[in-house]
Amino acid sequence: MKTLYSKSEKAFSSGATMILSALAIISLLPFLLIIIASITDEKSLIANGYSFFPRGLSLDAYYYMIAQARVVLRAYGVSIFVTVIGTAASLILTPMLAYPLSRPDFRFRGILTFIVVFTLLFNGGVVPSYIMWTKVFQLKNTIWALIIPNYLMSGFSVLLVKNYFEKNVPRDLIEAAQLDGANELTIFFRIMLPLSTPVLVTIGMLTGLVYWNDWINGLYYINDPSLYGIQQLLIRILDNIQFLKSGAAGSVIGNIVVDLPGASVRMALAVIGILPILLIFPFLQKYIIRGMVVGAVKG
Amino acid sequence: MTFSRTALGSLKKTLPLILMALPGLIYLVINNYIPMSGIIIAFKKMDYSKGILASDWIGFDNFQFLFSTPDAWIMTRNTILYNLAFIAIGTICALALALGMNEIKERFFAKYFQGVFLLPNLISMVVISYVAFAFLNTDTGFINRTVLPALGLSETNYYTRAQDWPIILLIVYLWKNTGYASIIYLASMSGIDPTLYEVARIDGANKWDQIRLITLPLLRPTIVILTMLAVGRIMFSDFGLFYQVTMNSGALYSTTQTIDTYVYRGLMQLGNIGMSSAAGVYQSLVGFVLVLTTNYLVKKISPEDALF
Repeated sequence: MKTLYSKSEKAFSSGATMILSALAIISLLPFLLIIIASITDEKSLIANGYSFFPRGLSLDAYYYMIAQARVVLRAYGVSIFVTVIGTAASLILTPMLAYPLSRPDFRFRGILTFIVVFTLLFNGGVVPSYIMWTKVFQLKNTIWALIIPNYLMSGFSVLLVKNYFEKNVPRDLIEAAQLDGANELTIFFRIMLPLSTPVLVTIGMLTGLVYWNDWINGLYYINDPSLYGIQQLLIRILDNIQFLKSGAAGSVIGNIVVDLPGASVRMALAVIGILPILLIFPFLQKYIIRGMVVGAVKG
Repeated sequence: MTFSRTALGSLKKTLPLILMALPGLIYLVINNYIPMSGIIIAFKKMDYSKGILASDWIGFDNFQFLFSTPDAWIMTRNTILYNLAFIAIGTICALALALGMNEIKERFFAKYFQGVFLLPNLISMVVISYVAFAFLNTDTGFINRTVLPALGLSETNYYTRAQDWPIILLIVYLWKNTGYASIIYLASMSGIDPTLYEVARIDGANKWDQIRLITLPLLRPTIVILTMLAVGRIMFSDFGLFYQVTMNSGALYSTTQTIDTYVYRGLMQLGNIGMSSAAGVYQSLVGFVLVLTTNYLVKKISPEDALF
């Protein structure tokens, strides 16, 4: 087959490789800038600004954050808690709703599917939601405000899982299990879920990413610094670097005499914020891409 | 007798399924449907002490106020123009990138490139606002301290210069979204029958001919559908892009205020629930009509890609 490629096609292909390599480098430069900035000596930052080729390197920003570990670790803890609980709950709710909708013999399948789809088409906007979550459910300044509103279960994921059930779990298998006297819960846990791990990993990944990256629920519902997740801490510190020093989270931070290396600490914190994504991404790229490709059109 | 027995039998069959669906349905009712009924707030003079239902009806007063301010025009114009630019330029860039990636036959490199271009899509808008800050701020920003001096230009305070933001936000948008969009096009390209290209080659078609005469025409349904769906969402903007990346700078409102940022600011910063909810309802209703319209058109082109 290879012989069929003409010279000009080979030239096109290597040209594409070169252009893509250049674009890939450009695309990575912003990440590189914040990483380099985080390990740049503060004096050099003040003299020359953020730069790809700093004069002096230093890990002061990271040492400083270790000294202030309470604030950072607490925010990390909040983010991890919210991400784990939110994703786990979502992974229970979503397939449990998707399963009845995937059963052709379920009597309310049509109307319930419509109820799910309609949430993708129309929404009441943030004002009524905000009033409901704060006045009726009293979620303001509770950890649940970071988990429950908006992201716990999306109609889109329900449809994704429903389609997967319909296409990938053979009807015969369900019918055979019913003949053997299995009840719906048994079928769900013993047949549907084990046969659907790829789609569950995909929506788990996407949901986890949404929770880890979310700052909007925090913006609306949290102003107690002890409930700040990592994204909110980042927002707060971009506005005011002194927040790290100010004995946030209600704690008094000892007699640290070092000057706050503000310009590099900011970027060090941003690096810490994306670290989990950078570490996990290579292993889960396949699942994320699969979810995005399926979801793009139906999203 | 037989009737009731079958009814009982079918209930026994249906009930477990209903119970399983129930938690999810309850969540949708609370999270999505109750707020939908809350659109009545836009037609009321909201008074927290009376509650929503007992607050006085004022008809379309909130809407009249909203549309008598210049804000209504500015936020609508910004939302739509940014979306149009994102759709047009974003689609072209994504297609070009996908065509390039389609040339990479080596599996390892193909995955590597996909990962690199996807990465900006996976980080939060907060971190992206840090990236923008690292480039743009006056004290330590890379552009202000390295690029502009090298060009012999003087310092620029971007966070007060509204005229620069359409291009800044376009660049940020393209950096964040092009890789993601191109992966979708790449997936459709990999579905094209390779024999088409072989036949074309035998007929003497060069690479450009193959792209023009085979790849693009076969991608047309995907392009049309993704564009339609984006048009259906033209009243909605990425709140984080316009609020966080601009660092909520008031000096930039003329070119960065969108309906979503207006609703947020009205509710949370100005305490103007009437205007804020009116803007929200305006967005939801026009958005709903647009989604229905574009979905209808998508259905005509390709029924299986329609949302419903």
